[in-house]
Amino acid sequence: MRLDRCRRGQNVKISLINNSDVRAQAIRFGIAEGEVVRCQEVLPAGPVVIRKNNQEIAIGRGLARQIEVEFIS
Amino acid sequence: MHCHDSGIKIQIPEGARKIVLAGNPNVGKSVFFNALTGLYVDVSNYPGTTLEISHGKYGQDVVIDTPGVYGISSFNDEEKIARDIILGADVVINIVDAVHLERDLFLTQQVIDTGVPVVVALNMIDESQHQGRKIEIDLLSDLLGVPVVPTVATRKTGIDELKAVIDRARPGHIEPDLHSRLHIMHDRVGNQGEALLILEGDPIVAQRHGVEAGTDREEIYLQRRARVNDIVGHVVSQSKEGASFGTLLGRLMIQPLTGIPILSVFLYLMYKFIGVVIAGDVVGFTEETIMIGKYEPFVRGLVGRFIAENSALGTILIGEFGVLTMTVTYILGLLLPLVLGFYLALSSFEDSGYLPRIAALSDRALSAIGLNGRAVIPIILGFGCVTLATIVTRLLGSERERKIAIFLLGLAIPCSAQLAVIAGLISRVSGLYMTLYVLVIFTVLVVVGTLLNKFLPGESTDLLIDLPPLRLPRIENVIKKTVTKSYHFLIEATPLFALGALFIGLLQVTGLLTVFQKALQPFTVGWLGLPKEASTVFIMGFVRRDFGAAGLSQMPLTEVQTIVGLITITLFVPCIASTLILFKERGRREALIMWPAILSIAFLIGGLVYQAYRLFGSVEAVIGAVFGVLLVAVIIGKMPKSGNRTITGGKSYVK
Repeated sequence: MRLDRCRRGQNVKISLINNSDVRAQAIRFGIAEGEVVRCQEVLPAGPVVIRKNNQEIAIGRGLARQIEVEFIS
Repeated sequence: MHCHDSGIKIQIPEGARKIVLAGNPNVGKSVFFNALTGLYVDVSNYPGTTLEISHGKYGQDVVIDTPGVYGISSFNDEEKIARDIILGADVVINIVDAVHLERDLFLTQQVIDTGVPVVVALNMIDESQHQGRKIEIDLLSDLLGVPVVPTVATRKTGIDELKAVIDRARPGHIEPDLHSRLHIMHDRVGNQGEALLILEGDPIVAQRHGVEAGTDREEIYLQRRARVNDIVGHVVSQSKEGASFGTLLGRLMIQPLTGIPILSVFLYLMYKFIGVVIAGDVVGFTEETIMIGKYEPFVRGLVGRFIAENSALGTILIGEFGVLTMTVTYILGLLLPLVLGFYLALSSFEDSGYLPRIAALSDRALSAIGLNGRAVIPIILGFGCVTLATIVTRLLGSERERKIAIFLLGLAIPCSAQLAVIAGLISRVSGLYMTLYVLVIFTVLVVVGTLLNKFLPGESTDLLIDLPPLRLPRIENVIKKTVTKSYHFLIEATPLFALGALFIGLLQVTGLLTVFQKALQPFTVGWLGLPKEASTVFIMGFVRRDFGAAGLSQMPLTEVQTIVGLITITLFVPCIASTLILFKERGRREALIMWPAILSIAFLIGGLVYQAYRLFGSVEAVIGAVFGVLLVAVIIGKMPKSGNRTITGGKSYVK
């Protein structure tokens, strides 16, 4: 599954980020591959907001499409 | 002092230490800076708007601020500047947001890995406690290997304790594996910090030393992330977690169903404040009463004693468009209050954390025209002053986005000076014609944006933005930020406006102004269906955009003529100051394409509307036709971009 397909409230594990620069930035934000994040908000055709602990990050739809996730709960 | 790219030149007295403040965006660095130096620094809540580096004195030492970053490398200008300042530091005071410990400690560990002595200020510890987090500070200090001081900077708690431990700053603990790798590179380049960045593949630092950039960035980052997560796991205990009112409001702000009404309310309040109070009452007083009523007669009288007002030099200095008359009146009487008003509103949005949420909300719409949510900032500012907005496009992620944004700003965004006159004129026509005007301008924005997005080579960047917690803006911060930003704008823009006035003065003296007006007449009459005097209006619109629209109001026009005139003048080339900034920001080659393109589109669209009206005979039919065009553009915009969607490595956050 890709991040842009997530629904609000789902917890997902990030399995692959298909872009090395974004991957580096994601590691800095603490949402690297392997981390479990909560899908906080999905804007219709717009960005996906993910949350980890107290941190919220809005990810543009095109970028979300490049992020592979596994459904957890 | 301005610092460009890597060349940061700050005079350091003999024997003084360089104390550098570093931290993620929105951690309250500026408050520490002020507490240490007593000097002012711009506070930014929106990632990526502070590029002025502040520095001041603390006792014998020099304190240098850095832009808020999540890590140091070459991802963007902020990081490059922060990297170079941190690498040159004697002591780094790292400000860490206790609420976002996991995120912030990545930078902390990276700075520690550069080998510079570090002190950590664990800020907003009250907010963190409030959320039910307990942080074992002594253990954190042991694990990092550097002193850690809990602080609440906004209440001045912990500042004295921090000052007391600056002298105890020391290099922290480094992962043994990284340590040995660093050792090898250190021997080659002679500096541990630069060695680290080379290992992390920073191309600029590698080039400085003439060595190959490393390929282990990801491995080092992952190791660091694992270490940080481990530290956090040891020192933090969470007792409760619950959605606060702020979280709920933050959610409502970004969901279109609720977010658009909320944004509309804020924009309406902003319009009431800027459009009515400032543009009306305040500018009425500053421009009419003070500048035109008092200042201009005074300067005319003063200069007139030495130079005749109707001589060539007199015209340029104190004539209708004089450098000492019009420019000064325009900048101080009109622009200054407006820019202050806009920055006051925007700074409040920024400080409260609302701005990144507006960016998230508008991301979908803006991505259709090749921009992302961040571009909402220059677009809002464009309604204040296009010149200002053009400068602010520097915060966009790629050159491609800057091109699109600057072109659209010049074309389809009317600035506040123009809006006031447009609002006056449009009130004379019926609702149907108003609809036509708004629809045409909006369609031009969408169509041109969509086409630029389709045909400009390259890729725009995607939104990847941190949504900071919502907080009430602090009046003190907002005012300071407003003043600093407005000041920097005036410093940058005043020469442009003066140069523009000088240019127009020269045209007037040489009689070229009349020549241009005559040359435009066939277009005005035949193609646009306007009276021939309207050509003067367009030329005046170039001098000052509001002059143009104001000129229209003095002409007897039919409803269609009014709307065609307004459409053309809105789209028509931006004022001379924004033309100059266009050349400055985009270079001569690109500006020489953009400028005539804007001019042509303005006349083309104005004329098309008039000709369509003649053809269809009714305004309803024209509205229908424009709506059709808009629909087609939206459909085209939805189609995937042709060409392969492979991911290029060069630019960050590629679409």
